[in-house]
Amino acid sequence: MNSLPARYNRSIDWVTVLLYLLMVGVGWLNVYAASYSPDAPDDALSSLSFGQLMDFNWFKQIVWIGTALVLIVVLLVIDPKAYDTLAYGLYGLMIVLLIITPFIARPIAGSRSWLELGPVRLQPAEFAKFITALAASRYLAGINLRQQSFRDQLVLAGLTLLPPVLIIAANETGQALVFAAFLLAYFREGMSPIILLILAAGAFILILALLVPKLWLLVGFTVLLAIALAANWRTLRHYIPLSLGVWAVVIGMVFGVDFFFNNVLQDHQRKRIEILINPSADPLGVGWNVTQSKIAIGSGGLAGKGFLQGTQTKFDFVPEQSTDFIFCTVGEEWGWLGSIVTIGLFMGLLGRIVYVAERQKSVFGRTYGYCVASIIFFHFCINIGMTIGLAPVVGIPLPFFSYGGSSLWSFTTLLFILLAIDAARKQDLERY
Amino acid sequence: MQYLEGRKYVVQAIFLAVALVFATRLFYIQVLDGSYKLAADRNTLQRIVQTPYRGLIYDRKGQILVQNTPVYDLMVVPREVKQLDTLRFSQLLQLPLEEVREGLQQARKFSRVKASPLVQNLSTQELATIQDNLIDFPGFSVKARMARSYNTHTMAHALGYVGSITPKLLERPQYSKYQPGEFLGITGLESYYEKQLMGRRGVQYRMVNVRGIEKGAFRDGEYDTLSVAGQDLHLSLDSELQAYAEQLMAGKRGSVVALDPKTGEILAFVSAPMFDPEMLSGKGMGNRYMELLNNPEQPLFNRPLMATYPPGSTFKLVNELVALQAGVVTPNTPFACNFKLVRCTHRHEYPSNVGIAIKQSCNPYFYQVMRATVLRGRSSNRFEDARLGLGEWRRQVMKFGLGQKLGVDMGQEKKGLIPSPEFYDKRNGYHRWTYRTVYSLSIGQGEIGITGLQMANVMATIANRGWYYTPHFVRGIGNGGPLPEYQVKHTVGVDAQHFEAIVPGMISVVDGNGGTGINASLADVGISVAGKTGTVQNPHGDDHATFAAFAPAHDPQIAIVVFIENAGFGGSSAAPLAALVIEKHLRGKIAPWRHRWEEWLPGPADRFIKRRRY
Repeated sequence: MNSLPARYNRSIDWVTVLLYLLMVGVGWLNVYAASYSPDAPDDALSSLSFGQLMDFNWFKQIVWIGTALVLIVVLLVIDPKAYDTLAYGLYGLMIVLLIITPFIARPIAGSRSWLELGPVRLQPAEFAKFITALAASRYLAGINLRQQSFRDQLVLAGLTLLPPVLIIAANETGQALVFAAFLLAYFREGMSPIILLILAAGAFILILALLVPKLWLLVGFTVLLAIALAANWRTLRHYIPLSLGVWAVVIGMVFGVDFFFNNVLQDHQRKRIEILINPSADPLGVGWNVTQSKIAIGSGGLAGKGFLQGTQTKFDFVPEQSTDFIFCTVGEEWGWLGSIVTIGLFMGLLGRIVYVAERQKSVFGRTYGYCVASIIFFHFCINIGMTIGLAPVVGIPLPFFSYGGSSLWSFTTLLFILLAIDAARKQDLERY
Repeated sequence: MQYLEGRKYVVQAIFLAVALVFATRLFYIQVLDGSYKLAADRNTLQRIVQTPYRGLIYDRKGQILVQNTPVYDLMVVPREVKQLDTLRFSQLLQLPLEEVREGLQQARKFSRVKASPLVQNLSTQELATIQDNLIDFPGFSVKARMARSYNTHTMAHALGYVGSITPKLLERPQYSKYQPGEFLGITGLESYYEKQLMGRRGVQYRMVNVRGIEKGAFRDGEYDTLSVAGQDLHLSLDSELQAYAEQLMAGKRGSVVALDPKTGEILAFVSAPMFDPEMLSGKGMGNRYMELLNNPEQPLFNRPLMATYPPGSTFKLVNELVALQAGVVTPNTPFACNFKLVRCTHRHEYPSNVGIAIKQSCNPYFYQVMRATVLRGRSSNRFEDARLGLGEWRRQVMKFGLGQKLGVDMGQEKKGLIPSPEFYDKRNGYHRWTYRTVYSLSIGQGEIGITGLQMANVMATIANRGWYYTPHFVRGIGNGGPLPEYQVKHTVGVDAQHFEAIVPGMISVVDGNGGTGINASLADVGISVAGKTGTVQNPHGDDHATFAAFAPAHDPQIAIVVFIENAGFGGSSAAPLAALVIEKHLRGKIAPWRHRWEEWLPGPADRFIKRRRY
């Protein structure tokens, strides 16, 4: 048995570690820039006490990064088999925690989802992601992938949907939406692509229904159905009821959008979608965040304004600029090139995670790897998408970049459990 | 299981597709679309325009008329308003609770994060009562601004007023530098001399944060410029004389214009009914403006410049001068007072020369004078003869500055109308009219239209025996003189000797036995007034009274025209009013025996009408 450092020196995936450190480092620079105040005298910092320093987000972020590094060590020390073994136990614990959180948490920013342990605030929803990923991987590893029974699929769906339902109950819709990412991982593990296609088509129709007059859509889809039937009558005539059914569902969706929009969505959610469709509506009210975010990023130009030189972020035009809107600082101070590098870092990390996942011998490891990639990808999609006006404003952080201990720890845990599993895979090889 | 492994490419393709969409979108908003950079500058770069101190306005004697006083706007940033006790707040502002709520609603509608005015035009006293308590109400602040205040209650029409620029004006290129809400001269001298009064704006570029708090100068003030205060205006108006004339015109509609004939400077400029210039300034200005606008007496109408009336008998002087210059009559030409030609004003002595004709204002005499000017046998066709003659007559008359804008230093001026042959061609048909059609012009009635200012300028021209300076209000801008166009002498193309020929007649109007203007006589204080009465036929009601004069007759220092609507015969109201203004200007006081006039003249015009009882 090698010593722990020696063990990991050879087997840990250093590329991922390097990418992780790069992203956390670059992220910290941007958190520093976002919380940097040009008015504050710099020279006085050395005379400040720890408590006073803790008033600065950039300093707290150093503390969070430091603790994350400790966390990494802890995660690597734990026997990777434990994640497999404990997956269901952790899942049960998490469900209990999610249920009781709204009852014991103080309301913060409109939701009762933060647990306070002394000075540390934790959001159970953050940790629900990797725990659900572990449990789902464990479940998938235990069934026959080729011949999934309907019951298996139902259990898996329930397993995946229970946490987001509880999270929505705590009014953290953004965090709940992240669980949609699991579909991508399940797709890799054999879920029918039709489900993805149907979902994509559904989303497409919903967007069309919001943008295009309903009558046009009714006519358009009817004509489309007629053309399809006429062109391929020989085969399709056997599926006329099915075709008509699809047509009816589509039209139903088109006309159901208004009902969903007006009666199901909450007021602020509806407005966020309205802003997406018409960004110039109410630029000083609900549209403020997105408008200012786009201005900050757009004013960055090709090469950016330079480190600490961003005016839109410095002068507080962009709200929540060190957490959900951290990408504004990237875009404003580092320009298009900096944005591309950031996107490149994410692509590199996601590609590497897929690579690591694919080399796992166990279904558990591979599924978990895909879950990690999908969750990070989903955050990346929605977070950057909302800052440039391509996605609705959903309050989820940009992994490794956004300020905040809870999110950094959660993503660190997510990633390093995978690395620990991956490292153990090599040891398994060595052992046998 | 092999087929599932291929799906890793699908997953990676999805990742890459999203990255590609983001990169493209970012390239578009960051590199291609410049509008975000502009928006960013709009956000943080506050262009602080320093409105310069507006020029002051002084009267002829150096008395200050218009000055600047600070007023305050109470601004609100809705987002920063915390737990507002609207009841206490409305009590503090001494405004109804509803109004405060309404105002806050409006401000919120405008913007939650940008300041907008809640209450405007607070005086220093009003500010003092609320300022100390304002600290209890976060989100509210006070913005200081300069507003006009007046040291006089007179000459509102001449001074004009300032108001915030309208969206319509903002679109015009000459107002491109104005900011929405900025104040500028709307009418009168405030408007005509806007450029001089305004001065030059200073511009400072400041970096501000989202709350509008300054974060320092942009590039160390490299692009900043200092403001230059506006230039003061020194008016030719004498506020004492003006106040006196306004007091006499109280209760009437009409105008008084007094000129210094030697310079063209306007000494008094009354448009009745008058209003206090203070009405169009400060808190509640909008409401008061609407009141004035909807007043049936039309106090906002600038009568001396805009009201064109037939001049009546005063115009006979011009006709006589034109005829003398044309050589068709001499001062001693007699014409019979022939009632068959035109009804005369009254029975009078035989007009054996122009002096008697002017004194008696004999209509048939001047009918024949103008006929002699117009019908001179230029064509064998009598219609064509009248056409050519009227055209010739008009060219000469227009040299007096009639039928065209004089070019006074105030907008709104009307041209008036000296009808041309084409005018009658159009109305009656080509060669369908002759002198008999247009003879009303000979006695200043009919189609002709002249403004009070134009008539005053005619009087100044007669006083000067043939020349005038364009009338103007401003004799000095800053430390300099008037605008260059007011330093050019205009001659009217009539020889001085012809003027000398009519002046004795004008003196006898006032001082002669049986003159129509004896009420204007100042002979008792040694001033000889040369004048002419006029009664303008008014198809809509009582005739208008007018009197035009200058004095002293042989060294004229004032030329004046008084026009009183619906006051009947010019000799009974307009003449004594003109005399009082002349005496006030020349002597600085009024002879005691004329105080009865001072008491009698103010008031409605109908008292001057002697109605026949049937």
